[in-house]
Amino acid sequence: MIKSNCRYRFTATPEGLVVSVSGEIDHHSASGMRREVDNIIWNRTPTHLILDMSEVEFMDSSGLGFIMGRYALMREIGGSLSLRNPSPVVMKMLTMTGFDKKVRIINTVFN
Amino acid sequence: MKDKKHGGRPRLSPICNEMKLDFPSHSKNESFARAAAGAFIASLDPTASELSDIKCALSEAVTNCTVHAYPDKIGTIRLEIKLREDGTVILTVKDKGVGISDIAKAREPLFTTDAAGERSGMGFTVMEGFSDSIKISSKPGKGTTVTLTRKLSGKRTS
Repeated sequence: MIKSNCRYRFTATPEGLVVSVSGEIDHHSASGMRREVDNIIWNRTPTHLILDMSEVEFMDSSGLGFIMGRYALMREIGGSLSLRNPSPVVMKMLTMTGFDKKVRIINTVFN
Repeated sequence: MKDKKHGGRPRLSPICNEMKLDFPSHSKNESFARAAAGAFIASLDPTASELSDIKCALSEAVTNCTVHAYPDKIGTIRLEIKLREDGTVILTVKDKGVGISDIAKAREPLFTTDAAGERSGMGFTVMEGFSDSIKISSKPGKGTTVTLTRKLSGKRTS
């Protein structure tokens, strides 16, 4: 079994289903995470999916693909997606590619 | 500094260290390539931000090999890194895979041949954004070579 440097956990909250991601998101780790997150989405059909990215230490464009894929899936089931507290590496990637204009970003750290 | 021997072009800073690494195109090796590059480049004392940028650009190049160059088999990826005394990092990622028929098209933001795999189509955009220069050469059926150059700022934190 090949270990992944990416970890994630699910939490049901009043605001929606939270997926807290930590570690490294690349093509290798994103594919496994995508399958599990999609299974949860199809099983629970949440109205809102919150991707907590505060503990992501590395992300390349595979992470962008993961985010936009979940964004499309949530729209498909009539729901919505937000990114919560993206870490500096995630925010840098979102800003550089203009994806920060496409998804809702919630920053709670400084509130 | 200009050099008459080099036709008036600026003389390049000498190479102070270099490495070559061959590894199979398993996707698990994307993180291995980043870790190996990070350890090697550490001798130039990059900032955390610079190291993160370089690792990200490299990850895109290696992922392209994994996903696009060898779509149906495991092939060899060669990573070469050269360090110049002035703090320039030169990363070269080579494969002997399917090649790119239209490099200009491949470099367009959001272009991907693997939409089903949820590729964002931003790989080359990220490489360009995190590097000072990028050079791509490719022959269909022969393979692709991507060279990324990044000069470190010299603004060390320690």
